[in-house]
Amino acid sequence: MSGDVCIVGIGIHPFGRTDGLSGLDQGVFAVRQALADAGVEWPQVQFAYGASDAAGNPDTMVDRLGLTGVQFINVRNGCAAGGSALFSGQMAIKSGEFELGIAVGFDKHPRGAFNALPAEYNLPDWYGEVGQMVTTQFFAAKIMRYMQMFGISQETLGRVAEKAFRNAVHAPHAWRREPVALEDILAAPLVSDPYTKYMFCSPAEGGVALVLASEKKARELGKPLIRLKAATMRTRPPHSFEVFAPSVDVVEDDTKPRGTASRIASADAFRLSGIGPGDIDLAQLQDTEAGAEIMHMAENGFCADGEQEKWLAEGHTEINGALPVNTDGGCLACGEPIGASGLRQVYENVVQLRGDGGGRQVPGDPKTAYSHVYGAPGVSAVTILER
Amino acid sequence: MRAIAEGLFTDETPPRLIGGKDRETGRIVFPCPSAKTHEPVPLASEGTLWSYTVQRYRPKTPPYAGPDAFSPWVVAYVELPGQVIVEAPLYGVAFEKVTIGMPVRFSPAPLNPQDADGVFIPAFVAMGDTE
Repeated sequence: MSGDVCIVGIGIHPFGRTDGLSGLDQGVFAVRQALADAGVEWPQVQFAYGASDAAGNPDTMVDRLGLTGVQFINVRNGCAAGGSALFSGQMAIKSGEFELGIAVGFDKHPRGAFNALPAEYNLPDWYGEVGQMVTTQFFAAKIMRYMQMFGISQETLGRVAEKAFRNAVHAPHAWRREPVALEDILAAPLVSDPYTKYMFCSPAEGGVALVLASEKKARELGKPLIRLKAATMRTRPPHSFEVFAPSVDVVEDDTKPRGTASRIASADAFRLSGIGPGDIDLAQLQDTEAGAEIMHMAENGFCADGEQEKWLAEGHTEINGALPVNTDGGCLACGEPIGASGLRQVYENVVQLRGDGGGRQVPGDPKTAYSHVYGAPGVSAVTILER
Repeated sequence: MRAIAEGLFTDETPPRLIGGKDRETGRIVFPCPSAKTHEPVPLASEGTLWSYTVQRYRPKTPPYAGPDAFSPWVVAYVELPGQVIVEAPLYGVAFEKVTIGMPVRFSPAPLNPQDADGVFIPAFVAMGDTE
């Protein structure tokens, strides 16, 4: 195939809680919206990759959309599920075999923390019985060490959350759209030190769909060309510190941050696209908790470890900053439906590149946008879009 | 003392944790995998705090099997020098006194503090200034 894979249609079911509507319903809603946005009909769709973690098999939605016999592959890949669906869709078009397809992700989780069971992660039952099958413990411990190593304050964590809720005011698909004052964020009850309740995202519901096309097909459809310059998915390197890890390797020099799946996925995305971190106009970085955004700024190559303290204080990651981050409020404000979360980031990037961001639009006619997800047990997916 | 699972503690008094040493690479992991690829090895009894958080809410049951009456605990990642970093509760220290790098010692604890006859889980206690 010549040319790039393009995103020609986007759809989203608002995130949060929608009683009476299944996760699949929300996925179908998103697909219909994305098809309408692209100006194509379901029978034209040649393939679909669907991501869901807890809301059933995505391919069952053909019942609603039409029994066209379309190839529909289900993807279950932790928090990288949506990114993996998009990666797979991209490869299907790049192979030259297809020219039009969709990547869809949806989910619907019960209230409260994720309820993972040890066996799902090849861990012994006792690990869960003692109370360690809890994602928040890992995230909190990771930032705790990072804060000490690189001088990040709890106030900076609070600034990340404050920004998220402020940006989400202008994002119709976001869940928590009321601003929260920094002092309220910092004074809220601790959930897992150093994080207060506003610094963690919540499991939620939502659906996102993207229509993918070859460049040739995209031109035929007459859509603005939003090019998928890179979509990568990677697993963890040796010695990394991951969620649900009863043990971690001892390393000789432990004064630097460890390798992560995010670092690998990011470096590969930059290499594949020929675009560097300095060329990126805005980024959606996995922020399942405030510190994740901080650490992911460095893991994705946007700043050095420790620079985040200054970046947040000086507003570099605000909508009008040098590198706006999580322009729709990210996971902190949208919540996390696992299957949909990574695709929401790409949805938001397309909105921004089209200039349709309204009150949250990044100024200066952005041309490049970056997205990144991370999940258990050490998976990451990155995309780079260019207009 | 009955461990929450077999193969976690040595039979000595006081017991030590049992790690698994990869027979090919020498890498040590915890717990020791049942596969023949790993040789059980006792882990050091003393180490330092590599990182931590405080578990402030009761984890969901299942899988959590602790008492209904919840009290927060320190979730510690303890570096056992030259071996491995293990995750376990840390007791015997006020939350505000916990610092990365502090010395800690292995000391299995009952899953339910009110039931010393119940199962014991891997845990550490702080050494030095803890009040």
